[in-house]
Formats: sequence, structure tokens, C-alpha cells
Amino acid sequence: MDRTPVIAGIGLSDYPVAKDLDSVQHHALAYQRVLADCGVEKSAIDAYIGAGGSHQMMIDDPVTLAEYFRIDHKYIDGTMTGGSSFEFHVQHGAAAIREGLCDTILVTYGSDQLSRMGRMLGTGGFARGTQKVGGPQAYEAPYGNSLVGAYAMAAQRHMHEYGTTSEQLGEIAAGVREFAGLNPNAMYRDPITADDVVSSRMIADPLHKLDCCVISDGGGALIMTTAERAKDLKQPPAYVLGAAGAQTHWNISQMPDYTVTAGAKAGPIAFEQAGVTPADIDTINFYDSFTITALLLLEDLGFCPKGEGGKFVQEGHLRRGGDLPLNTDGGGLSSCHPGMRGIFLLIESVRQLRGQAGEAQVPDCNLALACGSGGWLSAIGTVILGKEHP
Amino acid sequence: MSPDVVTDTEWTRPIPRPDAVSAPYWEAAARGELLIQECTSCGHRQFYPRAVCTDCGGDVDWLTCSGRGTVHTFTVIRQNHAKPFKDELPYVVAIVELEEGPRMMGNVTGVDADDMRIGTPLEVHFVQADEGVAVPFWRHRS
Repeated sequence: MDRTPVIAGIGLSDYPVAKDLDSVQHHALAYQRVLADCGVEKSAIDAYIGAGGSHQMMIDDPVTLAEYFRIDHKYIDGTMTGGSSFEFHVQHGAAAIREGLCDTILVTYGSDQLSRMGRMLGTGGFARGTQKVGGPQAYEAPYGNSLVGAYAMAAQRHMHEYGTTSEQLGEIAAGVREFAGLNPNAMYRDPITADDVVSSRMIADPLHKLDCCVISDGGGALIMTTAERAKDLKQPPAYVLGAAGAQTHWNISQMPDYTVTAGAKAGPIAFEQAGVTPADIDTINFYDSFTITALLLLEDLGFCPKGEGGKFVQEGHLRRGGDLPLNTDGGGLSSCHPGMRGIFLLIESVRQLRGQAGEAQVPDCNLALACGSGGWLSAIGTVILGKEHP
Repeated sequence: MSPDVVTDTEWTRPIPRPDAVSAPYWEAAARGELLIQECTSCGHRQFYPRAVCTDCGGDVDWLTCSGRGTVHTFTVIRQNHAKPFKDELPYVVAIVELEEGPRMMGNVTGVDADDMRIGTPLEVHFVQADEGVAVPFWRHRS
């Protein structure tokens, strides 16, 4: 039996705005669509993985959703590393499939972030008023930092050490916006330039409004299984060639080096597993919570040397028609970011490998890389997917 | 260093909740002293306070700091919808590198946000937030 792990099915719920869906309904819609996508029987699902974390009443916790969907599982994982959770899920799911702990895994995500919370995630504050705060947050909450501010600190330090400019960061947002123009569902589709980014309002120096991702609703689902079982399903499988994760810190004040993420550790492990190099990759789907997030991941995963991300970006590699197109669905910067975007990176990677990306299709796409960043550049998960059986 | 603790202003921000490990840190701050931890086995210094050393897992003891540091990185917050911060925009949030090594987050007060630079020398002062709890803030050191 060929137990090579694959992603056999993908499903998206409605985005970027779905006023009538709550978080669990996003999970459910993505679940129905992943079943329809690959044709797997519900009764074949023997594992569930989810991150929860999208509802304060914990109604989307993995154990709750396993009950809600009545998944008769013999393997469950609830790893929650923020936005990168789903790259970690693929790492864990692939190992479980190889080991024979289970055969068919359902992974789901859903969030009604925009419709429920509005645009409070980035600058709504972590703590407010005179509420009491314990644990590590006690050393940050009194200072009024924001989510944007945390990433801004990394951008500021990168500019200081390497001379990276706001125009270079802006080029990332402009390139992703070009792809959003090809996605009818993307939240923002009108073209922008790097200058537009730089002249947009400053939110937390040096990050401008257009350096920041959108806030949306949305959900996604995956079916992971063995290469053997995938033969009987409707879609060509995306083989999991490499999957690795690492963490440098959780809270931003604990980041050991503000210019280096855990991608510098997870990336090389994933490449070694896959037996490929950055030059072999045909398209990348990076977490783009902010422009700086994508720039750091480019460097840390070895697509360019540390400190040269800005120059690399300006050379046009990441653009439509470039040799390393970035976020061909329009990314979090322009299309969809319901709070934890990691699953969309995997879904778009699979669409590209299947040749289903429409106008945004990357020609001869054989290798796609998804890299999620969770927390505050804290936990980085890297997944390399291939069209060919390894 | 004479204690520099502001006790006569109304505290409107989130209030740190001390626990068994961190209580000495917050109590020292209320006296105008900045504490970090030093490992009794390997000498590693760390902040924030923990029950164990992050380098070797050993026991830690308190170390009183000079109260001097420099800006390692920073941001200027220009949008924050949460009270009381929305009424104080813009303000500087910095990562301060202490003379003793470890880094911590803090606000830099009394500066023009547009003049903030990495490497700016800073000194600590404290503002009382609760009974036995004061919070460190930073200002320019000449």
C-alpha cells in the first residue's frame, strides 16, 4: 500500500463577506465543498484536524467540531499556532498517514471575523481599559501595542539593518493586488502601485494601511489521504513532499532577532525532505498578514539572501509572469483574511498544481510552496507540494 | 538611583496581575527598581520573569538593573481603537535593550514620535498601576 501523503481535496466557503454565516457554518460549507471536490465518502474520514480559535465560546474547537460533524475518528489534532496552524496540520497529518494512524483526514477552518468583529483585529488593541492581565501579556498590555505594531517593529529593524524601503514593501502589496484583480471574489481588485502603498495612511510606523492585510470572513477545508486511496478520488492529488514547522517566540517582545523568523529553521528542513531547492519552486503562497511578513519569509526560506528581500522583490520575480509568482489568489493583502489564513495558502497551492487557477494559472506548475506565519512572526510552518509522485 | 515612581496619576490602562513568580518584580517596580532574572547555574539573564531559566532549565534569582537601555526597535502607533490608547495617539512603543542584556517592551514618553530612532539611549521610570504594582516607562537619557 502506497502511504505517501497527499492533499486530495480542497474546499472554500464563501468570502470575503458572508453576513449570514457564523464560524461553524463556514467550517460546514467548506466541509461540504471538499467532499464534493474530491468525491470522498464521509464514512471514509477517520481523522479530524482543526485549530479552533475563531470563536470565544469555543464552539469551533476540534473536539466540538468532531462531534458536530460526527467524525468517527481514530486520530485528532488541535494544534493552534495562529495563522500557520494549517501548515503544522499538514506536517502532523502527513506523519500520521505515513505511520498508518489513519487513512483519510478532514481539516477545516471557518471564521466570521469581519461580520462579527468588524475590522478590530489589527488595531482593536489586545487589552482595553483597566482590565487585569496576567501571564506574559502583563509585560506588553499596558503599552497599547497593536497587531500591526508588532509587525511594524520587525519592519523597522529590517530597514535599520538592511536599508529596506517602504517602496520595496509596497511592491509586494502591488504585486499581490495584480493577482487579486484576476479573482472575482477578492475583496479589493483595483490595481495599486508601490507609491499608492507608501502614500496610504500610516497605521504603525513604518507600516501603512496598504501594507496590511484585509479583514474578511471565510473558511476552508482539506482532505488528506494516502496516494493509494487518492487514485479512486476525482481530483489529481497534490503530494506532500516536505512539511516542517518551528517557533522562535510567541509574544513579540520575546522575538530573538526581529529580522529572522523560524522559517530559517523550518524552510531548510522542508526542502531537505522534498529533495528540492528554492530555485525549483514554481509558485509560492506566503502568509501576507503584512508586506514585511512575506519579505521575511522570502529571505528565511532562502529565495534570496538575508537582507536582500527588498531588492529581490523589486526585480519582479513575484509578479504575474515572474519566475516565482506570490499569492496568485490575491493573498491576505487583497483577497481574504478571516484571522488565520494558513489554509488558503494550501488550497491555492493545490489549485495551481491541478491547473485550476484560471487566469492566474502559473504555467508548468509542478512544485508549490505554502508558508504560514502564526502569532507575531512566531510559529512558521512550511509545506512543499508536488504534482508528481515522489 | 533614587526611586522614580509616579503615584499621583489615575491609571487608566490594563493592569498587570502579579502571580507567585512575578510578584517580586512588580513589587520592586513599585519601589522604583527594575528587576530581571539571572540563572544560578549558567548565569543566563532573562526577562520576563519565569520559574526556570530559558537556557538550561535551572533555578533563577533576581538581579537589579541600572535602569538604562537603548531602543532596539520601535513603532509609532497612529491607530488604536481601544481605550485609553485611542485618546493618546500617536505614541511610541519600543523594544528596549537593557544594559544588562535582556529586552523588554515599553512606551517612550516625552519624545516627538517623529524623532524616535533605533539606538536612542533611555532611562526607566515607573508609574503605579495598582497596590504593589508599578509599570516601567522609558524616557530619553542624555
